[in-house]
Amino acid sequence: MSTRTIAVVTAGLSQPSSTRLLADRLAEATDRALRLYDERTELVVVELRELAHDITDHLLTGFPSPRLAEALDAVAKADGVIAVTPVFSASYSGLFKSFFDVLEDGALEGKPVLVAATAGTARHSLVLEFAMRPLFSYLRAVVVPTAVFGATEDFGSNAAGILSERVERAARELAGLVVSNRGSTLADPFENPTPFEELFSAP
Amino acid sequence: MQFGIFTVGDVTPDPTTGRTPTENERIKATIAIAKKAEEVGLDVFATGEHHNPPFIASAPTTTLSFIAAQTERLVLSTATTLITTTDPVLIAENYAKLQHLSDGRVDLMLGRGNTGPVYPWFGKDIRDGIPLAIENYHLLHRLWREDVVDWEGKYRTPLQGFTSTPRPLDGVPPFVWHGSIRSPEIAEQAAYYGDGFFANHIFWPKEHTERMVGLYRRRFEHYGHGSADQAIVGLGGQVFMRKNSQDAVAEFRPYFDNAPVYGHGPSLEDFTAQTPLTVGSPQQVIERTLGFREYVGDYQRQLFLMDHAGLPLKTVLEQLDLLGEEVVPVLRREFAALRPTHVPDAPTHASLVAAAGGPITSTLHVTDEVTGRTAEENR
Repeated sequence: MSTRTIAVVTAGLSQPSSTRLLADRLAEATDRALRLYDERTELVVVELRELAHDITDHLLTGFPSPRLAEALDAVAKADGVIAVTPVFSASYSGLFKSFFDVLEDGALEGKPVLVAATAGTARHSLVLEFAMRPLFSYLRAVVVPTAVFGATEDFGSNAAGILSERVERAARELAGLVVSNRGSTLADPFENPTPFEELFSAP
Repeated sequence: MQFGIFTVGDVTPDPTTGRTPTENERIKATIAIAKKAEEVGLDVFATGEHHNPPFIASAPTTTLSFIAAQTERLVLSTATTLITTTDPVLIAENYAKLQHLSDGRVDLMLGRGNTGPVYPWFGKDIRDGIPLAIENYHLLHRLWREDVVDWEGKYRTPLQGFTSTPRPLDGVPPFVWHGSIRSPEIAEQAAYYGDGFFANHIFWPKEHTERMVGLYRRRFEHYGHGSADQAIVGLGGQVFMRKNSQDAVAEFRPYFDNAPVYGHGPSLEDFTAQTPLTVGSPQQVIERTLGFREYVGDYQRQLFLMDHAGLPLKTVLEQLDLLGEEVVPVLRREFAALRPTHVPDAPTHASLVAAAGGPITSTLHVTDEVTGRTAEENR
């Protein structure tokens, strides 16, 4: 039995937040799904609300504060990511986007990512397909086929069962990708620099 | 060890008065600052090169030769010269000329530029930033070392039988530092040639500097220029001082809060904790600066940024008095005491000439192809 690290990035602003609630359900379901593969799960939750000022500072200065660096590092090193945002003005929230804007280039390359979103009504659900999925495709992540949308009504109606099914299915897909992923650790250019002869062949 | 200052030549409003200096005032202030640097016993003055407002740092050799004419000892350098977008032939000519005019008091620091559009302004592509830095420097290196150069590269018109004039003073090219915040290729380049590496070391956490210098030292040794701890390292730094540290913090805070680059972002307290910026008493500056060698090793050159963010000239000159009188003498003593004897000083023109076995007259007397006579023989 080995341990897989799952980073849960959640951009809810209210406390308690339905975005966090959905993130937690996805994380628990992923933990259960990984057990079926005889894997343990280590969860690292990144609450963007707590890092909002640090993220803005990073946009302005170009480098992360120590606690933001810790969060960015956790995401970059994770075996899989669960990324959950509230829908703001027909897309992911600005805070959510800003976090992925300051993530190092290549940090998500080849990494399984489960995308999820919350909103007041189900009318926003396609945000997952026209905003979230393209964002993570651009970042060269492997996006889980099932994206999970949670509308307010899903948390307390007959529709709740349907949400649970989607959560379980998405988590199974994420777990499957995580265990089959051969890892995509970036080469450290400081440990293994490109030799000068390869940078330049003298005329 | 060398101590000095470097400027980016920003024309920034003084946030405490709202007044912006004119370009003329800022240009003249830069000269006054450089002369003050020599007066208070500093070793180096370096200017940046920017081609956009709000900077007055274009035409660096004009500025440096004007300063050279009014100083005796000060080493004149750049921070940085754009090796990406400037024709290496012009760099070779301009800095060799400055070397002659200043009697060898010149070296250069090469960098890649402060703003994306500087590439297209000079007909280049920013995606070629690293290859341009690599190829252009290789040509510059040859132009200073070979009297007649044949060249064909990707980025400039080919040269056939070209001689860059004037030839370097005493046959010894200016020493070159390569500067980069986080591109390992540039540390590799500096190491390959056995040139100096300068870490900007302002506005960014020390971890960038530590990684870059570590890589440069390792590769310097790999390429056979000496042991890793003999590599030639320079660091930037930014300080603001008053006798009492509370006075320094109170006076500097409005400049910090409104500064270009980091203003309207993190607090002064966070930024001083996370980057090498030091705001406090001269003693605090001494302690922080001595701490730099704990993560880069014994190094050869320390430059401070002193005239940034709209600080008035009068304040900058007071800062230079504090730096020259209270900080640098202590740093010289303490760094020297800590440094092992096998670690070299920063190269100067005199040391490079000595290492080359003495000066050689580098003037090239071209032979007339028809008569077979040189200009001298015709006289």
